[in-house]
Amino acid sequence: MTTFLGVPGSRGSSNLRGSEPFPDAARMALRDTQMRRNVGHATKAIRTKRLTAVAECADWEQLRAAGGALKSEVMARLPELLEELERNVIARGGTVHWARDADEANRIITDLVRATGSDEVVKVKSMATQEIGLNEHLESVGIAATETDLAELIVQLGHDKPSHILVPAIHRNRAEIREIFLREMPEAGELTDEPRVLAMAARAHLRRKFLSAKVAISGANFGVAETGTLAVVESEGNGRMCLTLPQTLITVMGIEKIVPRFTDLEVFMQLLPRSSTAERMNPYTSMWTGVHDGDGPRDFHLVLLDNGRTSVLADGVGRAALHCIRCSACLNVCPVYERTGGHAYGSVYPGPIGAILSPQLTGTHGHDDPNASLPYASSLCGACFDACPVRIDIPSILVHLRAKQVDTERGGVPGGQDLAMKAAAWAMASPRRFAVAEKALSTGRLVANRDHRITALPWPGSKWTSSRDVPEPPAETFRQWWRRTHG
Amino acid sequence: MRIALFATCLADALFPQAAIATVTLLERLGHEVVFPDNQTCCGQMHVNTGYLTEAVDLVRHHVEVFEAAGCDAAVAPSGSCVGSVRHQHAMVARRAGDERLAERAEAVAARTYELSEFLVDVLGVRDVGAYFPHLVTYHPTCHSLRMLRVGDKPLELLRHVRGLTLLELPAAESCCGFGGTFAVKNADTSTAMLADKMAAVIDTGAEVCSAGDSSCLMHIGGGLSRIRAGVRTVHLAEILAATDDAAVQPR
Repeated sequence: MTTFLGVPGSRGSSNLRGSEPFPDAARMALRDTQMRRNVGHATKAIRTKRLTAVAECADWEQLRAAGGALKSEVMARLPELLEELERNVIARGGTVHWARDADEANRIITDLVRATGSDEVVKVKSMATQEIGLNEHLESVGIAATETDLAELIVQLGHDKPSHILVPAIHRNRAEIREIFLREMPEAGELTDEPRVLAMAARAHLRRKFLSAKVAISGANFGVAETGTLAVVESEGNGRMCLTLPQTLITVMGIEKIVPRFTDLEVFMQLLPRSSTAERMNPYTSMWTGVHDGDGPRDFHLVLLDNGRTSVLADGVGRAALHCIRCSACLNVCPVYERTGGHAYGSVYPGPIGAILSPQLTGTHGHDDPNASLPYASSLCGACFDACPVRIDIPSILVHLRAKQVDTERGGVPGGQDLAMKAAAWAMASPRRFAVAEKALSTGRLVANRDHRITALPWPGSKWTSSRDVPEPPAETFRQWWRRTHG
Repeated sequence: MRIALFATCLADALFPQAAIATVTLLERLGHEVVFPDNQTCCGQMHVNTGYLTEAVDLVRHHVEVFEAAGCDAAVAPSGSCVGSVRHQHAMVARRAGDERLAERAEAVAARTYELSEFLVDVLGVRDVGAYFPHLVTYHPTCHSLRMLRVGDKPLELLRHVRGLTLLELPAAESCCGFGGTFAVKNADTSTAMLADKMAAVIDTGAEVCSAGDSSCLMHIGGGLSRIRAGVRTVHLAEILAATDDAAVQPR
């Protein structure tokens, strides 16, 4: 018998943690000016379209409130809802598997694929399978997985990583995509960088896979507890092909994706397309309930994935991160994401939602854990909260996670930031000490240049003066002025 | 009306003109301004950096000072400090298990206003009698915009300033990259955000970039100063306080 030691890093091979802290990864990412132009251009376009799509709904705020309320209900009733879903999937001929972490999920899926005798699978775009590193795992055991979503295919063929939840190849422009296709799909022949030409090449490449694959693997946007129905929402129709043609369908679903009732989909089917692709309705919505003779897969497996979700649930404030429906509206409005792109976050969940979700899913161990830097990867501008279709108060959760981080490190050797914050709190809690601190600040006049600017300060002030000047402290503070004029 | 000035620590120590202008303006409009001189800092920097335990004493001090001031309202030339008072103080107290302090903080927050919302919503004025003959562009700071929802109240006030030409700022609602300690903890990303904000400001052709927060102006102004751009930053309060015979001195 093995004992779970509670070491956060032991949650298998999940793609939820990068190799360096965000500030360092961001510094390198910012040097990729082509990526910045690509991401900036794409996010601005989606941002503008989303505003139009949302403005069409007179009841948008009520829809957001309803979506948030439904998700709160799900979190409060998660165990019973999951068991209800399991019962209903089994009753309709499906099989349900429970995976505690990425390793367990990958093992279950590998066994299921091997049992079919097949060594290739087609995949529907899925964040859950990206999270557990399924493609890498399957490759290591000799099973070839083909991504069929166009952007995921671009990422896969480019030996790249997704950088956006909805548009994983958002960091690539069409000239770069053409280069990848020319290199990786020699059968495509001559290609221009016209989107239609590139899409047709991918279509021809994928059509062969759809028709030959015996096994498909998908994620799920929703799982309905009362009926055992799974749903995938998509734009390209590749998902529909995977969900209907192969004999075996394996669906990996994070346990938070459950909704209690079929009618709850009414709310989410309005919120999701408008928030993600800025469409009134997405082109393809596939729903399936168990298996049916002569129609669709003959064998259906649902893998319910925890991988840290129950630890997130245990935090009363942080658990709202599990309300996320993966629309990526928060990424598209985030001024940080827009500049750094998604890879800097190190996790398959980038942007504001990633900054609150990834560190909670993995847990963080110590100050040097790259995920410990994610809650600070935000200026707290609040654009993400405004855009979130289920009203996740991301800025407040970021502050909550920062506080947890600070509290965890209490008792150890205080760092420079600890000392500065404690000293500032001590000085500011007393008017007398504050006045002394203000006087000390005025000595800054001594380091100002003749033109009344301060252009260089020692560390950590150098972090500021590396790109901005500081004004010379005034000859008279406000309170001195007040005493002189009103005292 | 008897108004307590919530000067904010940053304006008090580094940007006194913003606080002086707030006093000048409110007195010109016929109100009595008092300055509870034992005020220090609202604790926003501590809260936003995760030092919520350290912030409790600052919240308690702020609440005590503004309870004792006994005024009809507290007014600050800052959207983010008012945002902290209104959206964080009670949370900080509750997290520390002090429900009584949380309720007192809520009572103080209920009569604490950012300058533009106080002028428009409470005093009901839009033309404050100001004169400022300059080309001005306005950056709506994140916390004014998304925490306090001041909307276009600052722009309404600026549109009524004689001599002022208001130039629309492209991508105005995008953060300037300040974010408190974000500016030093993520200095590179913050600078990338600042670069785009400065480009937008310069692109308007304005002589002056204004905003309702000294902190964001310190960031934008610090960047513009570094590249020796021909645009200066002036707090909204200073523009509204400027008249024919009392112009704003450029820094």
